[in-house]
Order: sequence, then C-alpha cells, then structure tokens
Amino acid sequence: MQKIIAKNVNFYYGETQALHDISISMKEKSVTAFIGPSGCGKSTFLRLLNRMNDLIDNTHLNGEILIDGINIYDKSTNVDSLRKNVGMVFQKPNPFPKTIFENVAYGLKVNGITDKNIIEERVISSIKQVALWDEVKDKLKKSAFELSGGQQQRLCIARALAIQPSVLLMDEPTSALDPISTAKVEELIYSLKEKYTIVIVTHNMQQAARVSDNTAFFYLGELVEYDKTKNLFTNPKKERTQNYITGRFG
Amino acid sequence: MTQIEIELNDIREDVLELWEIVNEQLRKANHALQTFDKDLAREIIAKEKKINSLELKLERSCENAIALFNPVAMDLRFILAVLKINTNLERTADIAEGLAKFIKDSDEKYDKVLLDEVNIQKMFDISIAMLENVLNAFEEDDTKKAREILKEDEALDKINKKANKIIAAYCRSNPDNIEFALYLLNCIRKLERVGDQAKNMAEEMIFYIDAKVLRHKDKKKKKK
Repeated sequence: MQKIIAKNVNFYYGETQALHDISISMKEKSVTAFIGPSGCGKSTFLRLLNRMNDLIDNTHLNGEILIDGINIYDKSTNVDSLRKNVGMVFQKPNPFPKTIFENVAYGLKVNGITDKNIIEERVISSIKQVALWDEVKDKLKKSAFELSGGQQQRLCIARALAIQPSVLLMDEPTSALDPISTAKVEELIYSLKEKYTIVIVTHNMQQAARVSDNTAFFYLGELVEYDKTKNLFTNPKKERTQNYITGRFG
Repeated sequence: MTQIEIELNDIREDVLELWEIVNEQLRKANHALQTFDKDLAREIIAKEKKINSLELKLERSCENAIALFNPVAMDLRFILAVLKINTNLERTADIAEGLAKFIKDSDEKYDKVLLDEVNIQKMFDISIAMLENVLNAFEEDDTKKAREILKEDEALDKINKKANKIIAAYCRSNPDNIEFALYLLNCIRKLERVGDQAKNMAEEMIFYIDAKVLRHKDKKKKKK
C-alpha cells in the first residue's frame, strides 16, 4: 500500500523554483532515502511532507501530496495533527533542556495527555524502541545534555515516536554522529520500519544503500531517478545518477 | 579525474598488461609446438611466475579499491568483472604452461602427422583469435564485439569431439606411441578450455558494461 504519494509537486521560495514537477510514491512500512548534492531540493521536499516549509515566508506549492490518501495541503488539514502523524528528526540532536524522561514526555503533554501512567508507559516503550533503555534506565531524571551525541539523537527519535506517528522523516540524522552511534541509528532505522514509514535525507550514499528499500536521486530540483535501492546502486538507469553515485560529480 | 577513477584506470592497465602476456604465452606455445622448440617451451614455463605475481597484484588492487572507495554501479561491476577475468587469464596461462611442459617433456616420437590430423593448428588459431578479440572488445568497451566471441568456441568444440576418434584410431595402429597420443589429447582438451575462458571473459565484460548476466543462459538468449 502506498503511504505517501506526491503528484506533480512544484515548490517555490519566492520567485525561485526549488522543486520541479516531483511525482513519487512511497510504500507503507518502508524506508525511502533521498540523495543528491547540496541544494538539489531533497531536504525541501522532505520538509513538505509535514508542512515544515509553511514556517518559511513567501513560499508556495502547487501539486498534491497525499498521506493515507488525504491531501495534506488541503485547506481542511489540521497541521498540528499532521505533524503528530508525521514526526521529524533533524541533523543535529536537539534535546530540550530537561530531563531524559521529560524530553520524551514533552510531546505527550503538549498533546493533552495528562494520565501519568500512560505517559510513563509511552516514555518507557519509546526509549526501549530506540534501544536506549539499558543505557538510560538509571538516569531518567538526569539532564538529556549528559548523554552522548548518539544517545541524544536516539532520544530525539524516541521523543518523535512517543506521540505515535505513522511516518518518520529524518533529515541527515547521523551527520553529526561518530561511526558507532551512526551504526546504532542505522540499526534502529532498520528495526523501526516494521511499524513506521521512514523517509531519510542523507549525504552518505553508503548509508542510503544500507538502510533504505528505495532511493530517490534529486538533482537541481528534479527527481532524476527513483528505484529500489539495490537497482539504483548496482545498475542506475540514468547517466546523471551513475555519475553522482560513483562520485564523478556532486 | 577522481581518486577512484585513477585507481580503476590503474586496475585496467594492470589487467591489460596481464592479458597481453597471457595471449603472448599462448602464441608462443603454438609456435613451440609447431617447431618443437624446447627452449621456447622453457621460456613459457619461466614466465609463469610473473603471471602469478601479476594475478595476485591485481587481486590486491581490487580488494583495496572495494575497501577504500566503496565502488557502486558500473565501478563495482568493473571490479567484480576484473576479479573474474583475472582468474580466467591465470587459468589460460596455466594452460599455456601445460602445453609448454608437454613440448618440453616430449621425445623424438613426436608425430607431426597426427598433429595435422587432429587439426591442432586450427584450434590454436581459433583460441588465440578469441583471446585477442575479447581483449580488443575490453579495450574498446565494445559489448557487440564481446557478444560475437560467445559463438566462436563452437568450432573448438567440434575439433575437440572429432579428436577422440582420431586419437583412438592412432593408438590402435601405433601402440608404441600411445603416451604421446594421450598427451596430445590432453593438449586438445586444454585448448578447448581456452575457448571457454575467452567466452567467460566476454560474459564478464558484458556484465560490466551492460549489467547483464549471461552465465548459465542458453545460446539463443546470450545473442540478445
């Protein structure tokens, strides 16, 4: 089943067109990687999937983006509900200046959940989901800043999961992490796809090859090629893709 | 040129060097057999060491390129193809060495009439031409030429099949020279395998350029 469908999406920052006629479908419970050189539009497109670009002045979009068959740019869409359903993890770990527990509980409280039992249950299960439990179970009341960068990033993923989204967007989630932490996050992505539809932007092509089922190559605001990751990295159909993934440009 | 392009170019140059030497080995084996030149046979055997060391060097270069540069797509296929071509070349060189040993160890009962009868010269001509053609196709990245090579070994197969009867008849009428006849049959088998190696190399080339796997497919499909 297709979870996310974009139809002929064009996006503009003021007069500048950042995305040109993007059409793409992403399957439910799969990992899709967006790759491409800086400025190719991959992060812009990612941020369209939970309307993060709405926060930027003087932007506009035409075309349609459907999640679960519903156009998320329709006037009737509640953006808060959309962002609850479509969680996001950023390049740098950005925990709040709060305890480890509070970081994960924050989203739940903001969304009106007051039952302490439910909050505790969700916090623990989210931390377990990101394989952080054994590392933090004895220091839940300590500041999140005491954690390493890799642990902070997994905590941020737990925070995103606590509000039970069905889609998880990741914008270069390991670019600030060391190789061991990167490997842990990659393992996590692999296990999370059992429950979530994941879209990841990455500059690391080996990472895209390792973690994703499908890969989309963006260049100059266009979607050049979209295929199964295995096919794209062994036998790309387009010369531009071949040149990019083999390091001939970009 | 990027670093990986430089590495791949070096690998290409090394494989071409090995290829030239192996082809030369087979040409020399042909000449040594036709002229019963034991010195030339010894020269072929001596060259085997260099071939073995080139084979190992190429293997190491491929391993390094995979470990250090994470090649993908055509670059990865190129390295995988070179690794297999490397093995094919080394085996072809072993065949040339085997032929040279046959010549070196043969005595005066070496029967040139039988050589003509089993058509060994033609086998040499075809197998050397196949190796040269596949080398040429590789140098020019020309898969059309590589596909033409795939059917060239049919003639080798035919000569190989006929040789059984000829050798059997020879053994019956020349019981004193059976050992030579059996050695010769062994050489014919080796030359037939040169055709197989050349075909394998052509298939690897097609894999590297067109991303198509032709191994274990019937001949009609291979021509597509």
